[in-house]
Amino acid sequence: MAMRFKSVADVTERLAAVDYLADANIAGVIYLADRLEKPVLIEGPAGVGKTELAKAVALITDSRLIRLQCYEGLDEGKAIYEWNYKKQLLRIQADREHERDWETVESDIFSEQFLLERPLLAAIRSEEPVVLLIDEVDRVEVETEALLLEVLSDFQVSIPELGTVTGNQRPIVMLTSNNTRELSEALKRRCLFLHIDYPDLDREREIVRVRVPEIDDALAEQVAQVVRSIRALDIKKAPSISETIDWARTLLYLGHTQIDPQVITDTLHVLLKYQSDIMKARKEIGVDSPLPIGPKRS
Amino acid sequence: MAFNSAKVFNAMNRNTFEMPPGVVTSGNLLDVLQGFVHELRAAGLPVSMTENLDAMRAVEYIELEDRASFKSALAATLVKHHQHWPAFDTVFEVYFARWSPGVDGDENSDSSNDDREAPEGGGAGKQPGGGGGGEGVSNEDLAKMLMQALMKSDDEMLRNIAAMAVSRFAGMEPGRPVGGTYYLYRTLRQLDLDGVAEKMMSTSREERDAPDDALAERLASDDHKMKIKKFKEMVEEEIRRRLIADRGVEAMARTLRKPLPEDVEFMHASREEMLQLQRAIEPLTRALAARLAQRRKRRRRGQLDFRKTVRHSLSYGGVPLEPKFRNPRPSKPEIMVIADISGSVASFARFTLQFVYAMAGQFSKVRSWVFIDGIDEVTRFFEESDEITEAVQRVNSEADVIWVDGHSDYGHALEIFAQRHMGEITKKTTVIILGDARNNYHATQASVLKEIRERSRKLFWLNPEPRGYWNTGDSVVGDYGIYCDGVFECRNLRQLETFVSSSFDA
Repeated sequence: MAMRFKSVADVTERLAAVDYLADANIAGVIYLADRLEKPVLIEGPAGVGKTELAKAVALITDSRLIRLQCYEGLDEGKAIYEWNYKKQLLRIQADREHERDWETVESDIFSEQFLLERPLLAAIRSEEPVVLLIDEVDRVEVETEALLLEVLSDFQVSIPELGTVTGNQRPIVMLTSNNTRELSEALKRRCLFLHIDYPDLDREREIVRVRVPEIDDALAEQVAQVVRSIRALDIKKAPSISETIDWARTLLYLGHTQIDPQVITDTLHVLLKYQSDIMKARKEIGVDSPLPIGPKRS
Repeated sequence: MAFNSAKVFNAMNRNTFEMPPGVVTSGNLLDVLQGFVHELRAAGLPVSMTENLDAMRAVEYIELEDRASFKSALAATLVKHHQHWPAFDTVFEVYFARWSPGVDGDENSDSSNDDREAPEGGGAGKQPGGGGGGEGVSNEDLAKMLMQALMKSDDEMLRNIAAMAVSRFAGMEPGRPVGGTYYLYRTLRQLDLDGVAEKMMSTSREERDAPDDALAERLASDDHKMKIKKFKEMVEEEIRRRLIADRGVEAMARTLRKPLPEDVEFMHASREEMLQLQRAIEPLTRALAARLAQRRKRRRRGQLDFRKTVRHSLSYGGVPLEPKFRNPRPSKPEIMVIADISGSVASFARFTLQFVYAMAGQFSKVRSWVFIDGIDEVTRFFEESDEITEAVQRVNSEADVIWVDGHSDYGHALEIFAQRHMGEITKKTTVIILGDARNNYHATQASVLKEIRERSRKLFWLNPEPRGYWNTGDSVVGDYGIYCDGVFECRNLRQLETFVSSSFDA
């Protein structure tokens, strides 16, 4: 067994040391992934730190991060391995002069030196510790998902010409999904499931303080509060954590130490990316918000 | 195989011994977990054998005293759809209710608990049925305590107050066949949380330097809303815990069972459920878009792909036996949606319009019509509006759909549609009709559908009625159905999903 972590608290602490503030759920699942040797499927809205988590885990376990970016049309030639056919062609051409028999040529051209390693095979054959990140797995077609199953459950790959390649060690495997489509049950069954949502007020404030160290506490608190209120609005795309951080930085660069409706209005485009969302936020908490209300209101 | 059942079993037995009091009264953790998984399945969650075993293994590795880790371990292994989380949460809270933070949930020692943790609240829990029981603390004091605790976000205090409030106001009696919502309503009505919120607002206004600061006002109000929501959940939790003590875990789990989001019927969805559905529809329309595009991609071949051909020829020693072709660029499908928005399908229509709106975002060419006895094109409303609520509102107020009396007349609506738009239907067009086909005994004009089918690529009918009611009374779905490529019962998301994934493969 791998035993990279001593306890859930250990995961939290070490992640915090590399500036990733994990909540109890995130730390718990990462800990279990290590103990149960199972891949983790991470879902959640864009920009809540799914990919960041994989990077942070690689960092704290001293592992190399191998990343497979998924896209529509990804095939095994790009995900697992491919024969270097140009080199093979050259070899066949060169062999012609020597009048070698077919068996020799065949065993020649289907050998190690003509094999192009792609991320999944690289992760399996790696000697050093590895964190394998399969990013945005929901982008591949359902049929391509099946390619991943063998890797995920047994951590091995079958290459017809070479046989089955089995890994030397069990890396931590993480898959991320933006949930643009439902993943197959077969894939989900093989994974632990982790849903990362927008952080609560306290965690978001801490994240801002860690990521933007120059910020003072009062401003960080205000940033977190405003972002929470914006997320509560009925908008198309709620601000992500990375956008919160960008916003905090923007405020600092512009020299604001206090947030008021004017400041919010001027910098809203950092948080929100749709014009209709910006208009709505302006109306709700920006300069266009209703006039200050006195103590008497009913 | 790494899983060793005997080992787990021993671990369970050992751990049961160390379990916090009240978690398991009889049997061991293994039994409780089995009951738990059983209930999850009964609630509709697809928990497989592998996942069940994973959960068993997972709990072996965590400290059972740590409730949060325990919960996240079970969630990570058993729940693989985010929208199933609320269902999981409910079942978990029922099964492991006694084992909660804060107030130790044994009912017998209620009074001693209150004495210890909230000295002023002495013995409020002694009379579970007695309305204004608590000696020493008046209702006003309780309200004041509540406000202070809320302002300070003192969770422990809040939990105690929740317990006291339930004892005092809910009027719970053992064996009384009333649902938890009734007790919740009674408790909350007495607590007057709106009043509390207002007082909190004025307090924070006084504490601020600039009382007229609109932004601060807004932020404070959002903050208070969150806190009060959390407190409400605590009250709910407290009521649930007492009900479980009274009725037992299994019975409680059964009464709390609710349909999963994908099984909620469109016709009877509550407002909250409708919002959930709205969020779930978007990925579905994306899937529909992908399906339609994919099909075209597979069917036709494009240009010769030289690179692929050469690469493949190596399997045959360099002889290009099998030519390979490029995939053609998928062309954009055209979709026409015709939806009934009459009274009989009103709630379905609301959903329908959301579906159309979501589709319009995915496909470049979606045209939509709504009808009752007249028909009107509403594509422009969806294109011009940024938001679904605005679009729906405009459809409802501006679309000209009433011809005579505002009772559905499919025949007339289809006829008008044919007159105006038949020429625009091409072999690229998929036509989807949504409605219950309750025609109020008008003429069906089914021949229009026949013509649409001949001209279009596909013609589908989605019916929000249960299949058993089809062709009864004034429903004429059978007359129309013979001309459709498929008629689907579509009452919940699961059925809609089946429609999306099955019907576009052929």
